[in-house]
Amino acid sequence: MDPRNLLSEKRPAILNRWFNAVLDTYPADTSAFLKKQKNQFANPVGHTIHQGMEHILEALLQGTDLDRIAPSLDNIIRIRAVQDLTPSQAVGFILSLKKIIREELGSNTREHSASGELPGLEERIDALALMSFDIYIQCREKIYELRANETKRLTYRLLQRANLVCELPDQ
Amino acid sequence: MAKFSAKPDELAKIRYAPPETEWMETPVEFREHMFCHAAKPKDLETVEFPNAHEWSSKDEDWKLPANWEQTILQGMKDLLGKYRSFQLFMDICVRCGACADKCHFFIGSGDPKNMPVLRAELLRSVYRGNFTLAGKILRKLAGARELTVSVLKEWWYYFYQCTECRRCSVFCPYGIDTAEITMMGRELTNMIGLQLGWIGGPVANCYMKGNHLGLEPHTIKSSIEFFLDDIESITGIKIEPTFNRKGAEILFVTPSGDLFANPGTYTAMGYLMLFHELGLDYTWSTYASEGGNFGFFTSNEMAKRLNSKIYAEAKRLGVKWVLGGECGHMWRVINQYMDTWNGPADFMEVPKSPITGTVFDNAKSTKMVHIAEFTADLIKHNKLKLDPRRNDHLKVTFHDSCNTSRGMGLLEEPRYVIKSVCSHFYEMPENTIREKTFCCGSGTGLNASENMELRMRGGFPRANAVKYVHERHGVNMLANVCAIDRATLSASMDYWVPGVGVAGVHELVGNALIMKGEKERTQDLRLEPLPGKEGSE
Repeated sequence: MDPRNLLSEKRPAILNRWFNAVLDTYPADTSAFLKKQKNQFANPVGHTIHQGMEHILEALLQGTDLDRIAPSLDNIIRIRAVQDLTPSQAVGFILSLKKIIREELGSNTREHSASGELPGLEERIDALALMSFDIYIQCREKIYELRANETKRLTYRLLQRANLVCELPDQ
Repeated sequence: MAKFSAKPDELAKIRYAPPETEWMETPVEFREHMFCHAAKPKDLETVEFPNAHEWSSKDEDWKLPANWEQTILQGMKDLLGKYRSFQLFMDICVRCGACADKCHFFIGSGDPKNMPVLRAELLRSVYRGNFTLAGKILRKLAGARELTVSVLKEWWYYFYQCTECRRCSVFCPYGIDTAEITMMGRELTNMIGLQLGWIGGPVANCYMKGNHLGLEPHTIKSSIEFFLDDIESITGIKIEPTFNRKGAEILFVTPSGDLFANPGTYTAMGYLMLFHELGLDYTWSTYASEGGNFGFFTSNEMAKRLNSKIYAEAKRLGVKWVLGGECGHMWRVINQYMDTWNGPADFMEVPKSPITGTVFDNAKSTKMVHIAEFTADLIKHNKLKLDPRRNDHLKVTFHDSCNTSRGMGLLEEPRYVIKSVCSHFYEMPENTIREKTFCCGSGTGLNASENMELRMRGGFPRANAVKYVHERHGVNMLANVCAIDRATLSASMDYWVPGVGVAGVHELVGNALIMKGEKERTQDLRLEPLPGKEGSE
């Protein structure tokens, strides 16, 4: 079988395992809720992660430009960047995909390695892991920026009123 | 963010699985950006709160007063005796779990102790251990436990991760108001001097000066004068409101956030323009200069004391009734508590709109009317000239504040006003609005900046629904009728849905309002060009 077809065929199983692996990083009660509740507004975390993973996996297998995967990656990491996770836990889910793919391919792994398809795919996963790191840092920096901006927003009018700051008039 | 301390050879051994211990055996771990600073002793002493002391939740030793356990247990006994609801809520929960997945903090964080049922269980377990026979005999088998420092720290962490929004209560088959359990939990921490700085400061300021920030009369007056200058440059109309005027028909009270923090300031400009256009006989007060009531987040007694200030001022000025600005918890206080504490306010008259003659019977005891009701009534009677096209650059959705929707049923009026002043309005999905609305994630005094990560977690379910209408309909403005929303949703949008602004409903009214004698407007209340007027200034 053409290696690409086999991976496509295995895609639902890979997605399912990958999704469950990520959700199992949450406490048991939470994990059950995140998996079970399908309404996207009642369960925005589960929904966003699932939808994002589906898109990432599809794009990875189809060879889509990695930049086009960034929004889906951002949606997931933006959530995990503000949860009770260490930085490695927050972005590590990308790397777990390699193991899952190899396990799903089973005895066909060697064939896929030889064709160069699997190493190519794994390189792209590594690149996504690096992108995840960038996104994670952007999210964390944003948290600090929000704190600073909020202080400015709270005090700017008062400073203006007290004549401690002024703006130059428009030319 | 957790501190990174793994050695290189440990990196390969990352364990992703969460702890498998039961909740009682999983001690709380304080995470940076998740909790607020402690209150200053001088602020607590100002309002005679007991056991004020210097401490930090980051320290191992919280310098708790001697026999703090007895203080809490005696306090719990007193509260159980005083409030039948508290006793009931401790006893009747069957742990069905209907509330578990309804909390924005649980949905956003995935932390099981944010499930309302489990958060309540933190308190209930101590109740069982000390006040029920089964708990005293069977101990852990009956879900009971001792009050220890570790339990107290857990209370502190999680009772200040609940915004008392009451969404969970909507789904409880027994009608348990989990917010009231949090209120009791907070009242207990308050008894031993544990309070948030972001709550303790505003309470002391409000008590001494009349508003959260401690703005003095001349500062309030000049803040408003600042808005008047902007209004004059936008409309060409000079407005001259009055302050502390005895004999005015109406006293207007709004959250002080509207006076100093953007975008609330634009909402305040909207109020000023509307009242001027109506020729309303009203006055601002520089003493009752706070609609909000942070005392509500400390103790019942403190909330009552702060609430009474508005009524004392109304009496002093001799007004007929009180008109209240856009605020959230102010209205839960007025609608559900004021009458028991300080009502009925019989020295005033049942509010009657001097413009339309409408009598607000719903406020006949409290004598206080929400401005959204007042303005909706004006529009319904065709008393305002409006040009919604001035808001044509905005695609608006409406965030129901927890307190106005679930605490007073104010659902239609703000929508009616928005639809009258804007051409483009889109609702968020049904299970995220009206009585099922999601909290902004920062209410009940959790709108400090140091707990920003907590706020982003709690704000995610709301932001997720905004993102949906943003992507589907191009929504770019999140309207609301709450000062805390205006302050905190701005940060939430910035993180989750960049490109969506935040506005009070009366900012939109101010934009659309055609005022007698106004010049041709080219700017909106933010001094930005109106649609089609770009480049005309």
